[in-house]
Amino acid sequence: MDYYNLMRIFAFIHLLVSIPHGYSNYVETKAGQFFSSGHTNNWAVLVCTSRFWFNYRHVANTLSVYRSVKRLGIPDSHIVLMLADDMACNYRNPKPATVFSHKNMELNVYGDDVEVDYRGYEVTVENFLRVLTGRLPPSTPRSKRLLSDDRSNILIYLTGHGGNGFLKFQDSEEISNMELADAFEQMWQKRRYNELLFIIDTCQGASMYERFYSPNLMALASSQVGEDSLSHQPDLAIGVHLMDKYTFYLLEFLEEVHPASQANMNDLFKVCPQSQCVSTPGHRTDLFQRDPGSVLITDFFGSVRKVEITKDTINLTSPVEPPIQRSGSGDIQIESLTYVDQLPVAEIIHQKPKQKDWHPPDGFILGLWTLILLVFFQTYGIKHLKHIF
Amino acid sequence: WSLCIISTPLIHWTSRSKQSAPARDQFQEELVIRPLHSGDIYASFQFRTLWDIDFLQERQKVSHYRLFPKSLGQVLSKFSVRELHISFTQGFWRTMQWGQPFIPSPPGAELWVWFHDTVSDVDGNWKELTNVLSGIFCASLNFIDLTNTVQPSASFKPLGLGNATDHRFLRYATLPREIVCTENLTPWKKLLPCGSKAGLSVLLKSEKLFHSSFHSQAVHIRPVCQDEQCTSKAWELRQTLNVVFDLYTSSQGKKEWSLFKMFSRTLTEACPLATSSKIYVDITDNPELNPVTPLLSQAVVLGDRRTYSVFDLTRAETFGQLCSLNLLLRWKGDSDMLRPLLHAERYVAGFGLQTGEIHTVIYNNHPYRAFPVLLMDSVPWYLQLYIHTLTVTSKSRDNKPSYIHYQPAKDRHRPHLLEMLIQLPPHSMTEVTVQFERALLKWTEYTPDPNHGFYVGSSVVSALVPSMVAMNTNFTQDQPLFSSFVPVKEESSYFVRVYTEPLLVNLPTPDFSMPYNVICLTCTVVAVGYGSFYNLLTRTFQVDEPSLPLEKRLANLIRRIRGVPLLA
Repeated sequence: MDYYNLMRIFAFIHLLVSIPHGYSNYVETKAGQFFSSGHTNNWAVLVCTSRFWFNYRHVANTLSVYRSVKRLGIPDSHIVLMLADDMACNYRNPKPATVFSHKNMELNVYGDDVEVDYRGYEVTVENFLRVLTGRLPPSTPRSKRLLSDDRSNILIYLTGHGGNGFLKFQDSEEISNMELADAFEQMWQKRRYNELLFIIDTCQGASMYERFYSPNLMALASSQVGEDSLSHQPDLAIGVHLMDKYTFYLLEFLEEVHPASQANMNDLFKVCPQSQCVSTPGHRTDLFQRDPGSVLITDFFGSVRKVEITKDTINLTSPVEPPIQRSGSGDIQIESLTYVDQLPVAEIIHQKPKQKDWHPPDGFILGLWTLILLVFFQTYGIKHLKHIF
Repeated sequence: WSLCIISTPLIHWTSRSKQSAPARDQFQEELVIRPLHSGDIYASFQFRTLWDIDFLQERQKVSHYRLFPKSLGQVLSKFSVRELHISFTQGFWRTMQWGQPFIPSPPGAELWVWFHDTVSDVDGNWKELTNVLSGIFCASLNFIDLTNTVQPSASFKPLGLGNATDHRFLRYATLPREIVCTENLTPWKKLLPCGSKAGLSVLLKSEKLFHSSFHSQAVHIRPVCQDEQCTSKAWELRQTLNVVFDLYTSSQGKKEWSLFKMFSRTLTEACPLATSSKIYVDITDNPELNPVTPLLSQAVVLGDRRTYSVFDLTRAETFGQLCSLNLLLRWKGDSDMLRPLLHAERYVAGFGLQTGEIHTVIYNNHPYRAFPVLLMDSVPWYLQLYIHTLTVTSKSRDNKPSYIHYQPAKDRHRPHLLEMLIQLPPHSMTEVTVQFERALLKWTEYTPDPNHGFYVGSSVVSALVPSMVAMNTNFTQDQPLFSSFVPVKEESSYFVRVYTEPLLVNLPTPDFSMPYNVICLTCTVVAVGYGSFYNLLTRTFQVDEPSLPLEKRLANLIRRIRGVPLLA
């Protein structure tokens, strides 16, 4: 009896000791997972490259990814949104300020607080590549720049009309897969990304990621080389196709994702199989260093902040009161200021002519002065020059 | 009831905290609702922040922003801006049907800026300012460059305080193609102290605002008098939003309007940061207004004395029992509208893609008074104007302008600028015509959709129109905002600015597939023609031995191994 009791007690104590040890192991693995991705901030570059009303679906594609990305936490300051044409306030839109993704106008992906950084004619191949590589003119505002560093995870989404090896921008120019691969290499060499996820929804989209050669790139496309990506469903009231099939099912998948979700990239690769999409979506992970099964969706689509809790107290400095400046204690401005006359007719009529810029003297003036000088030196001779000057 | 009780302590708390530190900035918001004779309704929001500070003083570095938005304050101090006016408009203001707007604006985007005299490089500052503003307002203002900027010499005098007006420090540009949508409204709303959370700005919902005949949002920054004695300057930031809702698209043809119908929201509280928050409803033509308020006010604006019903949102009883304010307005019958005294139109005449004629027609509807107007035209360089064909006719007689300022265009550098001071005879129509020729652009200068056409910005007609009613020249603190936008200097006239329609002209469009075709054709011709010629001259013929049968090839292989001469 005693022996059995002792054994039971020993077993119980052993269990008690091992539980916290096991628990700390669990915490360590969880913490290890938490900090394994190595990124500290998230950026997104979402581009729609098509113009004209019948390409409504490309704008809806981009806006639905924008909506998901914003919902999962990436702020507007970290999103560069480029829309090549305005569909929401287009005169052909029967419901202005809306862009719908589902027929019967179920979901307005345009929303109420959208900020488009590049719009209309600004969406060009040059501007896109400049945004990626960071080589923008110095006067470009911050909202138009991709200010990523070497700890940024970037999501790049392109949609529009494309072909084998190129993507068409605004019906007038195209970007080739080699240019894109070189741009990503520039980004790698300038340490502008930690990991990059590239999604493209165009016809023959897989050709765009064939030429990538920089590390830490993962790519997804809506169709293989030789296949067309198809559009999803038209809305009879609006009159155009609302979304492309691949992005429609991508949106449906992303609507299930929330910031704490553990869905990983393997689930993303399964989005839109051939039975739903008609085209075969493709992906490329050979340049990516981590296993796609361990990469969370929120690593790219969301902005999950890693928080370290500390128990130390931090003393904040007391706020500095700005000195209240008085407008000169001594001088009292007696004269009152007045508004300017909006249409001073008399002043306008008698306006002095604007000061002209100085031009070098005309040929006639030069000739005249030469003649005068010649005559002068003829009559008086050069030797008298020193008396005059 | 409980909601009302919760909100009022909040107001008391903020006002108490204000008393501890003297606030040097104050915020006022106002909404004016005016029913129009065509059955449409015109709503004009004005949000004004007044700040007693001097950005341009070197010693005082401004770092604490309270109600004034920091992004605009930094822009003003960095670029030494004296006045800034920017507007984004969708639609065209129909003067003949709707009367004069409180704040006029042309279709598209318009930006005009007065810089301070201390600026040495105005063009450089202008270029950077447009880029910074394009980031703040999410608009393509970076397309403003020297090819569409002009320096008007007599129009666009500063609307704020000042004495010296050297027009070298003024820059004006319009982008008639600029689209206005929610992405422009979002940053505009973020500049307001209460954002879109409280006060009148909760009504600004984009789905309703853009489903209208006219929508215009603007930001005006200028120095104004701080008080009635006008001894010191204060910075004024006015954010205005004018919208005209159409009778048929928004109200199904019934002249019954309410705040809920217009904005799909009702008001529940004033902005806690505002010192005054009022709604003025124009009841001069006796519409039916519900709920009725005892507060009435009269104001003379745009040469007309109008009566307004005032709703003060800072008082809790305005919201009534339901804690929400929804104004209902109904009117029937057609009464005579006061005909707008000044009105202008513009169109392109002619045919073909070579030449054309711009006609600008200005109407003076005053029965007996003549007054001068200043017409400013800015035409892009690719429409080459022939100024010798400029004619100004009134009542089919030649009318010589008393002042003409013309700056010719420089290809790809500068647009045309034409400013004229024309005296309009009473009750007349004045027509200004000028012929132009279309230039050929280089093929890289075309937009991706060149067959749409190219836009020419609106003409601006500025005038001091004689008023039937005496205007108020006194400046008081509690004057409604809509009547204090333009400073009134004399009683007998009011200043008005009328914008004409923008023009859409087609330029001869090349066939953009031609470079590709030319390359293919030239390469084919060169390959076939020159290539065959080259071959004929340089190709030599060699007799080729027929290939050996298999046994002989094997034998050759063995001979090569042995080192013995090969068979033939």
